[in-house]
Amino acid sequence: MPSILRALAFAAAALAAASASATTTITVATFPDLDRAAKAALPRWHQAHPDVDVKIVSLQYADHHTAMTTALATGSGLPDVMAIDFKFIGKFAGSGGFEDLNKPPYDAGTLRSQFVGYTFAQATNAAGELAALPADIGPGTLLYRSDLVAKAGLTEADLTKSWESFIAAGVKLKAATGASLLADSEDIVDIVVRSNLPAGEGIYFDRQGKVLVDGPRFVRAFQLGRAAHKAGIDAGTTMWTNEWVAGFRANKIAGQMMGAWLAGHLKNWLAPDTAGKWRSAPLPAGAYASYGGSFYAIPKKAAHKAEAWAFVRFMTADKQSQVDSLRTLDTFPALLAAQQDPVIDEPMPFLGGQKARELWRDIAAKVPSIPVDKYDSMATDVIRAEYQNVITQGKDIPTALADAKSLIAHRARR
Amino acid sequence: MNNMLTSDAATAPPALVPADASRARWRRRARKLAPYAFIAPFFVLFGVFGLFPLLFSIWLSLHQWDAAAGLAAMHWVGLENYKYAVTDPWFAKSLLNTLWFAVASGVPQHLVALPLAFLIHTTLKRSRNFVVGAYFVPYVTSSVAIALIFTTLFSKDFGVINAMLPGPPIDWLGDAFWARITIAFVVFWRYLGWNVVLYLSALQVISGDLYEAATLDGASRWQQFRYIALPLLKPMMFFAITLTLIGNLQLFEEPFILIPPDSGVATSVMTTAMFMYRMAFSDGDFGTASAVSWLLFFIIAALTWGNSRLFGKEGASDVAR
Repeated sequence: MPSILRALAFAAAALAAASASATTTITVATFPDLDRAAKAALPRWHQAHPDVDVKIVSLQYADHHTAMTTALATGSGLPDVMAIDFKFIGKFAGSGGFEDLNKPPYDAGTLRSQFVGYTFAQATNAAGELAALPADIGPGTLLYRSDLVAKAGLTEADLTKSWESFIAAGVKLKAATGASLLADSEDIVDIVVRSNLPAGEGIYFDRQGKVLVDGPRFVRAFQLGRAAHKAGIDAGTTMWTNEWVAGFRANKIAGQMMGAWLAGHLKNWLAPDTAGKWRSAPLPAGAYASYGGSFYAIPKKAAHKAEAWAFVRFMTADKQSQVDSLRTLDTFPALLAAQQDPVIDEPMPFLGGQKARELWRDIAAKVPSIPVDKYDSMATDVIRAEYQNVITQGKDIPTALADAKSLIAHRARR
Repeated sequence: MNNMLTSDAATAPPALVPADASRARWRRRARKLAPYAFIAPFFVLFGVFGLFPLLFSIWLSLHQWDAAAGLAAMHWVGLENYKYAVTDPWFAKSLLNTLWFAVASGVPQHLVALPLAFLIHTTLKRSRNFVVGAYFVPYVTSSVAIALIFTTLFSKDFGVINAMLPGPPIDWLGDAFWARITIAFVVFWRYLGWNVVLYLSALQVISGDLYEAATLDGASRWQQFRYIALPLLKPMMFFAITLTLIGNLQLFEEPFILIPPDSGVATSVMTTAMFMYRMAFSDGDFGTASAVSWLLFFIIAALTWGNSRLFGKEGASDVAR
């Protein structure tokens, strides 16, 4: 009996060794909808790399990032390639758990000029390590319902000239159509704090880590947000809630400032029945901002780094993959070469035939490089809470910002 | 397994040759070890999933640790995390929110459950099990289903509740004041049935003779409730209130599922358990999150102790009896 077992074990080991020499399997941890881009790229990948199999492990958005945090914490169960959403890139890049792609054998610095400039700043941590390469980006745009805006006798210029004219247009729109130009007045705050930053300054922290939230940028953001709220042009709904979705479907929300990828969400599931009625405009008052984006990184503990790097490059620096992602997901490519593809110049039926991707390309080129801090998401929460105090409890703005500053400084003590 | 062992022992021959002797010794040892093997699954599971996390969280609470940076990144900070948590204004705020929820959802639970249980006990006969079951359903319903139903019911523009109410629509889940009321209501709704079942089981133990005697003496239904049922329910009240206290101080699910974390009112409904979760999984500060959880534990322990001092004494011993 034992001899039979031994023979079997030996055979199994030989088999495993044989198959290992034939192909390597790399694991790619990702989340929907991004996983569809990777799946769509697989046939082409197999043609180019017949000896490397790719196993795609896809978890829901929040689960994926929690699982990856746990994997980084314990150093076990790490994939060869990890997809990271923009919201987590600061925290993950700051962890030091990833290969520095600036160093050999990666030398991703040579690729820098091929990508939208600000993405590399987002993926670079305080130690100057480049933790990931960008796959897609979210140039900030104002999506608005042209039919409702026209009905109120307004033009796009009324919406985008300045924040004051945006608010005035919102009042007219509400009076004429009953629709809100904003889901939430917080959207204005989010953009104004992100616009007109001095080069190299972060949103909430400067280079020395000093908290900036009591500065004029935040005062103005809060004032504009409050003015919009008082004018009653916001629907008072939080993004990604049922209310928000219903607002789009019932023609109650006529505008949303967001990454260009929102047009894809609107088309696919948020409000497919409103096709042709939406247009994309630059953000008001000459603001340029980016919303979201996705990245691919290689953990330090990855088993097959060479193959992983090939896959990361294949998903990010390969023009065809980037164009395919755009076609499958409606995401906007981070690779400049992909932005020159004819698909960018195609009219978009959902946006009434507008060639919106050309506009998004222009916006992407103008978004400044903002350094990302690992405490950014914490600071966002604090600012959001204080803004809410201003809106609902009438707290005055300087006090609210001073409170926010001391809390952020307290939290970012380390 | 057990059978096999005993039958083995029964058929063991009384006289032994040397080879058999070692086998018998082995068998004796196996018999001695067997109980431990049988009880091991519990202890292994408890050790891995109960004891280890408990001890590790004490250890963790004394360290600064950015989880994403790996285990090697832990470094000792002593009690600093506790000091840090106590001085964080959101911690104090979350404690106040938690206490508010504990009172606003806990007190009505018992004020309604007590008379309701008495009513069900005294008036319903055949339909009793059905009614009790109906009240108990929320307790066993999945929280995802509850979230779906209530966000739909309480929706500001499209909800049934606002549609039935006159006047301008109330932003049930988006306004700090109403969001708290809504959550307190959902907690009340969810745990009412549980308390009814507890009180009902205690009422069933009270002898019917007492009521009969009271009826003969001309006591009204109210007097029977006030002077017979209520005093005799005291031990169960102590038990139920203790459970409510512990449960409400750990409140997490209901506010977490009803209010989106990005919502402006998120901090107005943030309980201490949610603050702990946010510390760990949003800010990535697992050390402070562990410290918060231990602080919460001490607060719960202190309040439970206070509760038992206050009116538990004889109550607690009655339940034990």
